[in-house]
Amino acid sequence: MSILQQDFMQRALIAALFTGLAAPSVGTYLVQRRLALMGDGIGHVAVTGVALGLLTGTSPTWTAVIVSILGAVLIEVIRERGHANGDVALALLFYGGLAGGVLLTGLGGQSASRLQEFLFGAILSTSPADVWVTAALAATVIVICVGLAPQLFAVAQDQEFARVAGLNVRFYNVLVAVLAAVSVSVAMRTVGLLLVSALMVVPVATAQQVTRSFRTTIGLAMGLGAVASVGGLLVSAYASYHARVAPGPTIVLLSLAGFVLTWPIGAWLRHRQRLALPFEAVEPHEHDVIDTHPHVHGDDCGHVAVQHGDHVDYVHDGHRHAEHGEHYDEH
Amino acid sequence: MSVVAASNASVAIAGRPVVRGVSLTVEPGEFVALMGANGSGKSTLVRALTGLRPLANGSVTLFDQEIGSFHDWRRIGFVPQRASAVTGVPASVWEVVAAGRLTRRRWLRPLSRADRAAINDAIDVVGLGHKASDGVATLSGGQQQRTLIARALAGEPDLFFLDEPTAGVDLPNQEALAGTLGVLKESGATIVLVAHELGPMATLIDRAVVMRDGRKAYDGPPLADHEVHHPDFGETHTHHHEERPHRDHAPHVGSPLDPRTNGGRH
Repeated sequence: MSILQQDFMQRALIAALFTGLAAPSVGTYLVQRRLALMGDGIGHVAVTGVALGLLTGTSPTWTAVIVSILGAVLIEVIRERGHANGDVALALLFYGGLAGGVLLTGLGGQSASRLQEFLFGAILSTSPADVWVTAALAATVIVICVGLAPQLFAVAQDQEFARVAGLNVRFYNVLVAVLAAVSVSVAMRTVGLLLVSALMVVPVATAQQVTRSFRTTIGLAMGLGAVASVGGLLVSAYASYHARVAPGPTIVLLSLAGFVLTWPIGAWLRHRQRLALPFEAVEPHEHDVIDTHPHVHGDDCGHVAVQHGDHVDYVHDGHRHAEHGEHYDEH
Repeated sequence: MSVVAASNASVAIAGRPVVRGVSLTVEPGEFVALMGANGSGKSTLVRALTGLRPLANGSVTLFDQEIGSFHDWRRIGFVPQRASAVTGVPASVWEVVAAGRLTRRRWLRPLSRADRAAINDAIDVVGLGHKASDGVATLSGGQQQRTLIARALAGEPDLFFLDEPTAGVDLPNQEALAGTLGVLKESGATIVLVAHELGPMATLIDRAVVMRDGRKAYDGPPLADHEVHHPDFGETHTHHHEERPHRDHAPHVGSPLDPRTNGGRH
């Protein structure tokens, strides 16, 4: 019987697909606000939530959702009020969350391996009920992130403008924080709390190597997240015949491999863009006349052509040559 | 009826009075330049007029509505003071400008044909039609500034607040900006422009208001750039040489949970 026909594997695939789509959809807004590490912070706080669940015998998923939402809103409040040292305040919260979680787990008499399921993921042990909770929460996250994209984009792009446009900026900030908290709790079973931020951020970083609009970035990031999490799960499942390969790290490493492959393309694209950026059109106070130029510049001569005021400069070997009648001007 | 009216408006940042007792009225269709040295409070005043900063004293009305109860934000177009329109994720010019249309859109509704037309028009007015699908990160500083102005235009407002749109912008882009503002003025819009220097926009101005150390020091016919900084506003052959470095209005005392105290510059 193929591994794909096993119940636990099918459940795991559904969970992986939904988390793979949901995590980068929120992650895009976090990266846009330059808060890429917020997912990490919420992940640390969620450890306390999981431990509370284990201690009280309730579902760790739900306690993680509640505690990480509280943590995310607290982070948002600190961020809104905080000054330059806001990141220190956040760090205090992160370490408090992690230490609290480990302490509570010990108090509850749970073994470290039970907590480890949540720290590094245990997607193959997902129960049917967990899968539905995961799918429903992830679907909610996706619908809000895509449906309210115009508002969330505007607020993340420029808060002051958004406020004068009449948007309730605080509401949308808290909404993004809550969405991030929910997707952290959702992805907890898939990749684990300590790796959750990777699934939120790495696909976005990969996508933006090749995109130039927000729409394609968020779409591509969601696609890459889904491919990485489903692909990583399958890779680890088939590799498990030969060695012990955990799904969580496999998903994250596969996602990172995508970034490593795309980065050179992005670097090359950015380099080309920088070369083609127009030169500042200031009145030159003098220029040299190049009378004998062995080469004729033109549209397809292979040299970088850069707009400079009302004419084009051809760039080669540290020169900027502009056509002027019969000769070239160096200026 | 006045479009903007401030009466004895005072703004305090972290308890320290920055703008003090400013009264100002802007009539429909007027183009007012709000000038002054760095740290004179002109940006803070505009942030109070747009509701971004609470008033410590006095009152502000927009379209004869007290600012606290003003909700008709679609009538306001705001161009905040920005060095760049770039954020952590790529965005195209069209997308940034489309954000300006949100004042007229409802939740979960796709863009209507009128919305798209307004966005395209706004991009054309600032002369970036050929760059609409380019990423803003690939534009020069002046083109990014023009993108932000197009964003304010997209909502088709009657009243514009522009906070130093020409700071750090080269001359051709300043001329393009002046062209755009000329079109707006022709269409009957009311414009409040914060500027350190007017450059090519000087010919468009109807009235100049000069701020000095948080107080209104001059309100009257347009002044030339060098006159603004002269103690008596207008003796010839004076130039302003040195601009003071930006002053912090309140000392930054660093502690993780301290409230933010910077005076509007990010």
